[in-house]
Amino acid sequence: MTTVAVAARSSPWWRRIGRPGIVAAILLGWILLGTVLQGRDTLGLPTTDTTALHDRFTAVRDWVDSHRNSSPFFVYFVDGIRDFVGGLTGFLQDLISQASFGRPVPLVGWLGVVALATFGAYAFGNARVAVLTAAGFTSVGLMGLWQESMDTLALTLAAVLLSLVIGIPLGVYVGLSRPVERVVTPVLDAMQAMPTLVYLAPLALFFLIGPPAAVIATLIYAMPPVIRLTSLGVRQVNEASMEASRSLGATRWQILRTVQLPLAKRTIVVGINQTTMAAFSMVMIAALIAGPGLGQVVLRALSALDVGRAFTGGLGIVVLAIVLDRVTTAASERAEATYRASGGRRSENTRRWLLVGGGALTAAAVYLSASYYWASTFPGPTRGGVIGFTIDDAVNAAADWTRLNLHDVTSAITAVVSYGLINPLQALIAESPWYVVCAVVLALSWTLAGARSVIVASVCLSLLLASGLWESAMVTLTSVLVATIIVVVLGVIFGVVLARSPRIDLVVRPVLDAAQVLPAFVYLVPFVGLFGPTRLTAIIAAVVFAAPVVVKIVADGIRAVPSAAVEAGVASGSSRWQVVTKVQLPLSRQAVALAANQGLIYVLSVVVIGGLVGAGALGYLVVAGFSQSELFGKGLTAGIAIVVLGILLDRVTQAAALRAQEREHRLTGDAEHQFDVRSARLHPAPGLPARIPTGRVV
Amino acid sequence: MRIRQSWTIAAALAGALALTSCGGDIPSTPPSTQAPCGTVNIAVNPWVGYEANVAVVAYVLKTKLGCTVELKSLTEEVSWQGFGSNTVDVVLENWGHEDLKKKYIDDQKVAVQVGATGNKGIIGWYVPPWLATQYPDITDYKNLNKYAAQFKTTESGNLGQLLLGDPSFVTNDESLVKNLKLNFKVVYAGSENALIEAFRTAEEQKKFLIGYFYEPQWFLADVPLVHVNLPAYTAGCDADPKTVACDYAPYTLDKIARKTWVDLASPAVNMIKKFTWTNEDQNKVAKDIADKMSYDDAAKKWVDANPDKVNAWLAAG
Repeated sequence: MTTVAVAARSSPWWRRIGRPGIVAAILLGWILLGTVLQGRDTLGLPTTDTTALHDRFTAVRDWVDSHRNSSPFFVYFVDGIRDFVGGLTGFLQDLISQASFGRPVPLVGWLGVVALATFGAYAFGNARVAVLTAAGFTSVGLMGLWQESMDTLALTLAAVLLSLVIGIPLGVYVGLSRPVERVVTPVLDAMQAMPTLVYLAPLALFFLIGPPAAVIATLIYAMPPVIRLTSLGVRQVNEASMEASRSLGATRWQILRTVQLPLAKRTIVVGINQTTMAAFSMVMIAALIAGPGLGQVVLRALSALDVGRAFTGGLGIVVLAIVLDRVTTAASERAEATYRASGGRRSENTRRWLLVGGGALTAAAVYLSASYYWASTFPGPTRGGVIGFTIDDAVNAAADWTRLNLHDVTSAITAVVSYGLINPLQALIAESPWYVVCAVVLALSWTLAGARSVIVASVCLSLLLASGLWESAMVTLTSVLVATIIVVVLGVIFGVVLARSPRIDLVVRPVLDAAQVLPAFVYLVPFVGLFGPTRLTAIIAAVVFAAPVVVKIVADGIRAVPSAAVEAGVASGSSRWQVVTKVQLPLSRQAVALAANQGLIYVLSVVVIGGLVGAGALGYLVVAGFSQSELFGKGLTAGIAIVVLGILLDRVTQAAALRAQEREHRLTGDAEHQFDVRSARLHPAPGLPARIPTGRVV
Repeated sequence: MRIRQSWTIAAALAGALALTSCGGDIPSTPPSTQAPCGTVNIAVNPWVGYEANVAVVAYVLKTKLGCTVELKSLTEEVSWQGFGSNTVDVVLENWGHEDLKKKYIDDQKVAVQVGATGNKGIIGWYVPPWLATQYPDITDYKNLNKYAAQFKTTESGNLGQLLLGDPSFVTNDESLVKNLKLNFKVVYAGSENALIEAFRTAEEQKKFLIGYFYEPQWFLADVPLVHVNLPAYTAGCDADPKTVACDYAPYTLDKIARKTWVDLASPAVNMIKKFTWTNEDQNKVAKDIADKMSYDDAAKKWVDANPDKVNAWLAAG
């Protein structure tokens, strides 16, 4: 260590000013070359034109379409899966959301569902989340969204059940075998990192549209967390406990059943929480392929520009998501508590009696809701419910007022940011010749992230070139970079504020949770009204979407800085500003790096949504490919290009962060407060409250 | 202890389910229906004119024929896929789509045409009304270059901006701009919502804007956009998308239905085959829907005012 450090210090001058100097030189060269060669070899392709590759994808689609009813693969395998998933979903809908079993209403009406949910929340969680559950379910009914909420619940439940049935055993298997883990992990990465809108078109191609396809799309996105956390839980069980049972002559199966699984229970329940939330974040996506539920409310409201109704629909999604999140979190805490110790005898007794009494009441409520209309169909007007339209109108009034009065301000902002930042950056990235950009990317990866990243980068760049969508990819890259920069700046500012003031944190955190679950679709229309159909609108939507996660990670990172370090700073007479900039931020540098990486991935995951409001480029192509048959192949290619762009940015920034950390390590020899960037690797989770390992690892 | 607790819960739930079979005011057998209508799955494509068709057809099916109606919000292309998967029975307003007709009607034989809706579709370039009033010559494409600089936005570089809407609509605009030698750049608003919001803002704030739009469309009742004349459409002038230099073809809008569903020949099929009305009819209902009336209320209003038309749809045979 010491020798290396000394060597580093005594190296020649160009090495010492090293990295920043080299990076500056590369950028300068880029600007010079870019200006001279601007507009040459940018590999642009008109929106409606396609390349041979795109046409080949389209041909594959046509082949699948024309063989769907004859090929045994489709008739037996694909349709078999479809029928099974459809059957399960239909059964759940029969129970709670649609007329069924020859009756004009579902089997269990609103009273029964509220009672069951509340009872379940108490049984698996605690009294607090039970009250929250009752209030949450009742409020969606009051907003006039009962049936839609139940459809959403049925769909989510079907996806979560299937995820658990497949995911937990698979997770155990992965946890027990390193080689399997090495194969499965990249697959899970891909399942989570791919923007969901990208695989929607191929998925609809195989499973056609409808509830089964919606459940399968949800499944793909929601299953990875439970697999990851189950395998983590199984692997974490300490060697001593295993050795103890091994010495008692237990077989491998017995160890798994009596030691590993019970000890992993809590982690597995956290996985269930993650999977449930991931499934919930797919509500809007499911609506795009005819999945019933709250997503349909939002989509339909948007086609009439009814911002208020869209908001109310979104609010319903937020309410249900928060209820599910809190209940599953409480359940994981209970799992932890019962493992630690079976608490006070008396409270356990009370609880048992409450469970019996609550069970009887629930049974009665279910019975009533199955037999009487008043307990079956939620009371209040069928449209808008008791308070739904009041919320709609208030939101619409606010949106109209904002559009009319703030338009001058927002168009000035649009002009300043577009001409000052987006356009020049885009001129540099998208209008430089492709070989210049490639050279710059490779040189930067070499300097900042090392030789191995150069390999990844060159593979990614070649794929982008082969896609025929180079120019679009570069335009998208520009927007992604701008959005990420804004997100990180905002994240650091608000993260510091939150971390330093518990009172503000108490107020702001629930808002962040809600903002993360609120579908981006809800605020797209008002943003277009304010900022026009521009790239900036797409960037702002991405920032709003990614900011909550980034803020939380930064805040948690800063809070994890040992108070001794902060007090030392205060004691030595540092001002508050100095404590923040000289102590707290440097010591939470890894959290900031992680936040930046997450911000980047979150931003990328809404590139497609940006395409709906004027971002153009790859996002628009994916949307167009989904809705125009001739552009299917091009849309699919654009989707793949987004993924490639994501891998490029993710791997290079990770490697760069890792290298920076190692370097710092070497120079300071300080091993404290370091966390392994690799193990904290995170995945995009559109709409997830980031109560993921993220915050906890930091 | 944990085990006993789970048993208690299970017993309580089992008891609840056992109880559900008796008593109450909800009938446990379906009411007998007079006609074998069953469930009709209607695709709802994302524009309000389409929704007007849906509202009225669904209302008539429900109230006059006793059918159950399921609405599915889908884009055009995706709705056609629904014919193959039995999730969609009928598309109530189809704009052309010769490629889809070939694929699903001729090749896969899962869909059939069930007549025109009576609506005439116009696609083209439009400007907000204030612009047409203040600069009357702007509605001729030959004068567009004169105003190109005013149409410039942050998104269009040095050129004027021509705004396109929903990606699922058929467009030739990039070729048109090139072939008509216009100093404009095509910018994709990305969705119909974004396009309408842009036109609304442009009219409110008196801003220059030209973009792709179409009628019938409820928004035209709010803001009567003005059509910009391109070289007139002649049959076949749009045959090659690379050289096209004429306005869009007028569309005769029609209805498409799932083949196996039509073969049922239920009263619902008969009614949907006979359904026709005018652009004016559609705009009336569409405006009410856009003004947040429910589908059923908007439909009832129109149906009550037009009993003759409705009765013609319901006539037997």
